[in-house]
Amino acid sequence: MKSRKIEEFVFKVLMIASVTLVLCILAGILIVIVMRGASSLNLAMLIRTPEGGYYLGKGGGIANAIVGSLCLAFGASMLSFLFGLPIAFGLQKEYLGRRLARMTRLSLDILWGIPSIVYGAFGFIIMVYLGLRASLLGGIITLALLMLPIMIRSIEEVIRMTPSELKEISYALGATRIETTFTVVLRQALPGMVTGVLLAFGRGIGDAASILFTAGYTDYLPRSLFEPVASLPLAIFFQVSTPIPEVQQRAYASALILLMIVVLISFVSRLLSRRCSRHIVR
Amino acid sequence: MYWRKIKDKIAAKSMLIAVAFANSIVFLIALGLFIKSWPILTKKSIFHLLLSSSWHPMKGEFGFYPFIIGTLEVTAIAMILAVPVCLLSAIYLSEYAHSRFRDLTHLVIDIMAAIPSVIYGLWGVIVLVPFVRALGQAIDIQTTGYSLRTGGIILAIMVTPIIISVSMEVLRTVPIEARETALALGTTKWEAIKHVVLRSALHGIFSAIVLGFARAFGETIAVLMIVGNVPKVPTSIFDPAYPLPALLANNYGEMMSIPLYNSALLLSALILLLVVSAFNITAHFTLMRIEKR
Repeated sequence: MKSRKIEEFVFKVLMIASVTLVLCILAGILIVIVMRGASSLNLAMLIRTPEGGYYLGKGGGIANAIVGSLCLAFGASMLSFLFGLPIAFGLQKEYLGRRLARMTRLSLDILWGIPSIVYGAFGFIIMVYLGLRASLLGGIITLALLMLPIMIRSIEEVIRMTPSELKEISYALGATRIETTFTVVLRQALPGMVTGVLLAFGRGIGDAASILFTAGYTDYLPRSLFEPVASLPLAIFFQVSTPIPEVQQRAYASALILLMIVVLISFVSRLLSRRCSRHIVR
Repeated sequence: MYWRKIKDKIAAKSMLIAVAFANSIVFLIALGLFIKSWPILTKKSIFHLLLSSSWHPMKGEFGFYPFIIGTLEVTAIAMILAVPVCLLSAIYLSEYAHSRFRDLTHLVIDIMAAIPSVIYGLWGVIVLVPFVRALGQAIDIQTTGYSLRTGGIILAIMVTPIIISVSMEVLRTVPIEARETALALGTTKWEAIKHVVLRSALHGIFSAIVLGFARAFGETIAVLMIVGNVPKVPTSIFDPAYPLPALLANNYGEMMSIPLYNSALLLSALILLLVVSAFNITAHFTLMRIEKR
């Protein structure tokens, strides 16, 4: 009798220790990045582009990377939303046979798991094939591919929650499938669409491996779709690998900026999805 | 009236095309990588490529063995570190924790999942590398800190959110009645979990681990920053290693002039794709079965 209680106690202690460890690690990461970043963050970092000798510790900022990252992630989320929405709608059972739907879900799960470096390599092959060089457009296409499964999954999850009665009412009134989709399902899926876009945006803005070859890097603000573009993750990556302490300091500041963007997006998506789901029928 | 029907038909067809496009991406990626890596596959036997450990692109020798071993070892270390902690946390959160605390940890896990890998890498450089160097000194091993162990720790942290959230979802599918039945028979709460909940959630937890493994296997930037990148078979966990994704990230896009180099690098991407997809397919089917119950 006693030993059973002791076993339970031991495991409970272990479990609490594990949870505490996970919480401490996250806190540790946030504290270190914030402390290191805050001490070297200043306004010039945010609004100026690199000037001569920037990578040797001279003046300038990373506005090129901030704007570049925002352009990349925004363009890619729009593109993958454009492709993702019809796919997510198409997965409803009115449009698709069960077998095809099942296969598509499998494909999406595989896509979701593909490492971003593989997307990067594939994107580069496509770009070579099309004759593009590392550019904003190349980065957007590659990131959009990477985002597609995330986008579709979050939209589709909400669509699947739509009560079938609601659709049946619409059909009983004589609406066609597409009318039902656009008038009933679209409204129900709104929170899913919002979270999908924001999740994908957050994933895209932080991803470095896929845009390493496809977007390139530059010291200037993005001007056209066909020119290379700088990005925050790569700015961090390049700056931290230099031996000069001032430049490394800037890597910490850039990391803090990226972290703030990502955490902000995560909060906004929670908030918005709650607000948007107020008018949803369950 | 007629127009509405036509519109419906057109919309349905275009959605079908969109879905077909989604299905074809996987095949397109695999096909593209395969075509590009074909030149090296015709020149050398696949076994020689996978098992030779001499990597001298200038001389035309492409042995992937050190990279494959490096990837496997760093992933294995990550899983050994992560799995016990994650499973214990998931059990605690789904079975014992107060619902308010559970919501809080949901937020924590979401943030952990959202942090970009380059930030994990930076944290590894700032905190883990000196830590492992000090650890090495304490037990009399020369190490720079950029080692297999450092990479393993960072990967363990990075797979934590996915393993915890999938396991918690799986544990939630076990019906309450199963727990209550066990408790009514006079078991303690832990015994009910051990004999009833964990047993019926075993497959799902397995696939949570598989998903974590796949994630760790393909992780690039964070590992690249802290694992040392020396193309040799590591002999101890304090040695540097050179995992496949890091190889690809460091070298792809340059030095296209060396014959077969490009092809060899894309072969490594193909290997990554195939291994990770195999794991993901396994997890997919296991989780599907659970969902159906």
